Amino acid sequence: MNVVVAGAGTIGSLYAAHLAQVADVGVLTRRDEHARTLNEHGLRVSGRADFTARVHASTDPDELGGADLVIVACKGGDLELLAAQLAGRFAGATLMTVQNGLGAEEVVAPRGDWPLLSAVTFMSGTRRADDHVEYVLDTATWIGPFRDTSAADAEAVAALIRSSGLRAEAFPDLRPAQWSKLIFNATVNTVAALTGLPHDFHFAEGMLGELVHGLVDEGKAVAAAAGVELSEDPWEMNVHATRRGHAHYPSMLEDVSAHRPTEIELIAGSLVREAERRGVAVPLHTTLYRLVKAKEASYS
Amino acid sequence: MRVAIIGCGAVGSLFAANLARLDDVEVWAYDAYGAHVDAINAHGLRLSGAGEVVGRLRATAVPGELPPCDFGIVATKAMHTSSAIAAAAHAFADGCVATVQNGLGNEEAIAEHVARVIRGTTFPAGRLLAPGHVQWDVKGDTTFGPFEPKPAPHAEVERLADACTRAGMPAKAVADARGPQWRKVIFNAATNPIGALTGLTHGRVCERPDLRALVSGLVDEGKAVAAAQGIGLDADPEELIDHAAKPEVAYDHKASMLQDVEARRTTEIDYLNGGIVRFGREHEVPTPLNQAIWALVKGVEQSWTK
Repeated sequence: MNVVVAGAGTIGSLYAAHLAQVADVGVLTRRDEHARTLNEHGLRVSGRADFTARVHASTDPDELGGADLVIVACKGGDLELLAAQLAGRFAGATLMTVQNGLGAEEVVAPRGDWPLLSAVTFMSGTRRADDHVEYVLDTATWIGPFRDTSAADAEAVAALIRSSGLRAEAFPDLRPAQWSKLIFNATVNTVAALTGLPHDFHFAEGMLGELVHGLVDEGKAVAAAAGVELSEDPWEMNVHATRRGHAHYPSMLEDVSAHRPTEIELIAGSLVREAERRGVAVPLHTTLYRLVKAKEASYS
Repeated sequence: MRVAIIGCGAVGSLFAANLARLDDVEVWAYDAYGAHVDAINAHGLRLSGAGEVVGRLRATAVPGELPPCDFGIVATKAMHTSSAIAAAAHAFADGCVATVQNGLGNEEAIAEHVARVIRGTTFPAGRLLAPGHVQWDVKGDTTFGPFEPKPAPHAEVERLADACTRAGMPAKAVADARGPQWRKVIFNAATNPIGALTGLTHGRVCERPDLRALVSGLVDEGKAVAAAQGIGLDADPEELIDHAAKPEVAYDHKASMLQDVEARRTTEIDYLNGGIVRFGREHEVPTPLNQAIWALVKGVEQSWTK
């Protein structure tokens, strides 16, 4: 089994290191130095697991050989560029996108005729170095068919991921899960990025809890208008997550703290645009979307 | 005539030093900042910038030292109003107390401790450069009027306005001072927290069309709450916002709330957007955007104490 993980951020690194326990793994990186470090030192996982995996890394997809499965795990902002790099390559492979928000599949789909799976992941980690990722939350990756794939194909990849030590689950239709996560993310990430608060009890009570509740309600109205029945109530996901006992720093908060571009377009942006398409008013999401974009502008 | 400034920060110092120039006014200042108090007593209170003034006055950090006064001018940050006036109220048993503070709710807090209250709104601005020395950045007008539930007599309001005007701080006494107050509150509530949340200066907030639309959304809610109370604004906050965004006016100005957030100081959000939300609730006017902004800035403050 040959797996290529395209994008070696936190999530990509977690897949690559774990899958390397059960498959041959190639890692497509953006920087030469990153690939060199991985090839020399392997990829270390700490936190919930503790091991160092051997992977083959390169910035050139042609150097990675063929693949049965390509996991596209880059950040939303890097997706266009990465999809262009994949065009015409990895014939015979199944591609699986793992991105926040909506629309990653549509970006990748025109670039080739691979069978496509779509996925969302709830696991999280922290990048310690190019060759070291800390595995923080061992929550699942959810996988569903997107194009020329079946529920059985989704289950096969889920089984592979499970055998590597991560959690995964297959669904006949991913949209209910994808939308649940989108609403959760568009809410929690923007509030965290603007306040500087990690995802803790403040999000479930008092004034901020009210705001979070209002944002979730707007998201639910958009999902209803899109004909999607949510797999989980994003408000309950929020409350549950704040009771985990330790404070999680959502990626958008980490991005603004480090003055990096955020995934605002893919997360809140896709929700706001979907709402507009469906004629649903989302004044709170629109407000937070604008504020985060402006905050990005203040440092870029 | 004896006047005590309660809270002698930047704005309080502008009133204190200027009023102290008048022969017929004796000025006292109460402030918790000991070094500032000591410097004022040793060398006088110096203003530079829009005017060069050295005012001779008595300053104290001990409110019990304040003698009986004809007037108080409260100029603390809004979150300190209650504690400051509670400590100083004895000096105004026979006097009137005016506020020149930002936001909504200061008059109500003062009225819990004194009998005759003057609603005030002031536009001059400055900043403390060193103990005893304040930079006078902007000159501007002040409007005084009675605080309706516990009003000061109109003659007293006029007397205070006249003294300020003669001292070089132009002030008007009016029958209803809520228009200027709400105009300033709406302006501040629509722009300050946007700067604080995004890190952008006033001009950069206004040149982003999507963000300028958000500012208008906040302004519209504030106007609706003012209208529900029968308050006529003396100017359109939208025009003031666009005026301030001009390069030669305040394009590069970092809102005081942004400065507060950068220095991790508690902001005045409870008295700006929080005040609009509270008055909105009382008059059944929905203010969802102001409430969202209020919650976000409170969240910013909460993030410092973790």
